[in-house]
Amino acid sequence: MSDMPISDVPRRDPRTEWILRNRLHPQHDELVAASSGPVRGPSGLLRKNPRAVGYIGPNGLKRIDRSAGFSGGAGGVSFRSRGRSGQAEVELPLHTVEQPDFYVAVVVDLAAGRLSGHDKDVLGQAHQLVNATEGEGAVLAIALGEAREAAFGKAGADRLIHLTDVQGEPLDGYCPERKLAVLEAVECEFEPRYWLFPDSVHGGADLGSRLAARLGERPAVQAWQVDTERTVCRGGSQLTDWHRPTARVMLLAAECALPIDETRHEAKPLELTVIPPVTPRIEDLGPVDVDPSKIALSEAEFILAAGNGVRDWDQFHAVATTLGATEGASRVAVDDGNMPRFRQVGATGTWVTARVYVAVGISGAIQHLQGIGQCDKVVAINLDDGCDMIKRADLSVIGNSQGILGELLNLAESRQNGTGADTADLAIDTREEERHVA
Amino acid sequence: MWPDPNLKVATLVSVGQHPKSGRARRAEQDARAVELGLKMAGTRSRLVNVGAGDETGLRQYLGMGLPELMQVKAGTEADAVPALVEHLKTHPTDIVLTGIRAEQGEASGMVPYLLGEQLGWPVVSRIADIQKIEDGKADVLQALPRGQRRLLRVPLPFIATVDNAAPEARQYAYGPARRGQLAETNGTAIVDEARLEWQETPAKPRPKRLNVVKAKSAADRFKAATAKPQGQGGQVIRDGTDREKAEAIMELLISEGVVR
Ligand SMILES: Cc1cc2nc3c(=O)[nH]c(=O)nc-3n(C[C@H](O)[C@H](O)[C@H](O)COP(=O)(O)OP(=O)(O)OC[C@H]3O[C@@H](n4cnc5c(N)ncnc54)[C@H](O)[C@@H]3O)c2cc1C
Repeated sequence: MSDMPISDVPRRDPRTEWILRNRLHPQHDELVAASSGPVRGPSGLLRKNPRAVGYIGPNGLKRIDRSAGFSGGAGGVSFRSRGRSGQAEVELPLHTVEQPDFYVAVVVDLAAGRLSGHDKDVLGQAHQLVNATEGEGAVLAIALGEAREAAFGKAGADRLIHLTDVQGEPLDGYCPERKLAVLEAVECEFEPRYWLFPDSVHGGADLGSRLAARLGERPAVQAWQVDTERTVCRGGSQLTDWHRPTARVMLLAAECALPIDETRHEAKPLELTVIPPVTPRIEDLGPVDVDPSKIALSEAEFILAAGNGVRDWDQFHAVATTLGATEGASRVAVDDGNMPRFRQVGATGTWVTARVYVAVGISGAIQHLQGIGQCDKVVAINLDDGCDMIKRADLSVIGNSQGILGELLNLAESRQNGTGADTADLAIDTREEERHVA
Repeated sequence: MWPDPNLKVATLVSVGQHPKSGRARRAEQDARAVELGLKMAGTRSRLVNVGAGDETGLRQYLGMGLPELMQVKAGTEADAVPALVEHLKTHPTDIVLTGIRAEQGEASGMVPYLLGEQLGWPVVSRIADIQKIEDGKADVLQALPRGQRRLLRVPLPFIATVDNAAPEARQYAYGPARRGQLAETNGTAIVDEARLEWQETPAKPRPKRLNVVKAKSAADRFKAATAKPQGQGGQVIRDGTDREKAEAIMELLISEGVVR
């Protein structure tokens, strides 16, 4: 409640309500007038307009609503709509830090340009550390690489260093040496009290270990319970806990702390004056094409899923191959024998985590929607614009799947012929059961 | 081309533990690193271990067909890094392979990074394969999340951690494990003072995060508990030709970066 001005909190006054309901109460008229606003006559006297009450009912008769503003009348509507509009544009209070005494640096992963849940947890942990430390501190988020839809302020960044390139060299792909140079520059200029990283496969663990080795700090790794004094870290094989004093560099496990959701933060950009030049020794030759059909469905990034609305199965397979998508299916498509069982997505199939999920001719039964709960972007191709999949989808196109898939195939093929010459074509042996350790 | 007899590959191995029984065994990731070393340098690839490790665990690496394992003697409380730096400085090495995290102890995964920092060698994390070596540079395939791969070029000598996406380690055999040599040497064994003060306890189960609904009114709470998960009303394209619709989809796929 503290994040809402007290005057906005809807409060009921049972006594007034009761008087308004009771026409025989001596104060009834007074209160009705007060709740419908005063009307002043030409001489300045307060006037009551006896005809301005009521409305014309369905039979053309005038009806007077004696409940005047409570239980369902005109006032009731305005009361409710105020609540609703307040909810739509709920503005969280802005947390400002004028002159921070110290910084807590958080290096976010920004995997695929977005703040992951893990990133937000780490930002939440940073605020816990700031609050538990004396003096006024600021959380300094460091984002290296392109960002899309990344709301740093909402996630809890008081200050932000966001770089997409260093000395003209872009910070995408694998460039830990360049990123490390940026972090060292931050260390020189701002000397953060703590350095927090998400201990993740998206680069956080790698970069954090590098920084710890460079600074000569002993990091707390897989830390899951952190305060300013003690830290609990998961040990090898997840079988033991290490209780240790809190370190300056920490690689935090997922769900280490709750993300920020009650305040907004400034995300005021900071500039680094100097970043020492680096000559990276590791050269990134770019991503390698992998056979999408060999990536396990549960960890595929891009899934093209077929349902009962797919007619031309050869065409569907061709589209999946050209787009480089992993194939998925609804239960009906599997039961009808058009797709193998291990391709089934949903409650009784695989729960997928794709970033982009394209559902072709799938109605969106709840058993299927459960399986795609964690997908970021859902695209639906369907004939029926009222089905549940359309409600879930971020982009829906209404039309015959065959025609749209055909055009999609043409587009993808022309795109490949235009740009496909330089993609590395290496036969990579990735197996279905491969899993990455987090 | 593989195995290359002139290539000097050293694999750092540690004693692992079975996740359920806790019995000593070869560590899963280290064994994958040994497998990669075997592919590149055959039986000439070296195995290095620091510690007073359990012999049965270490012998399982020898059982993969290697004649010798070099063990730098140090107490269980010792820090492995100084001993390994000393070893790598005195023995010429092109490629150092390690696992990502140990299966026992602190398992911070810092050893490769500390070695890289102290020796000044580049560190490549989570590799799946090494494809070729030309002009003193190696083409390394890095494993990314979601089954993706990336090609990197690194100059020798370098340190690489081996991901679970690398080829699975071969089965070990009992005979070679018995016959293999455990060559013991003495090295710098500095006791890890800081860690002596830490406490190790059996892992406490972590509380599961509940989906707390911070609703202000009962109606909101009711809605949160009962409503179907729905996107906040996406864009719906009803009119237009199939071509236009397909273009809209393609645009989204490209902006999301899933179609290159
Ligand atoms: C216990 C239980 C468990 C289940 N588990 C799962 C599960 O894990 N996974 C799962 O998927 N299902 C599961 N189901 C089944 C689920 O309830 C639905 O029956 C199923 O998901 C429907 O599949 P569908 O959307 O492909 O088919 P339909 O519901 O038939 O939908 C076909 C859709 O395609 C559209 N369409 C038709 N023709 C075209 C065309 N030419 N072009 C474009 N669109 C077209 C239609 O408008 C319709 O929306 C389960 C059911 C039960 C009872």
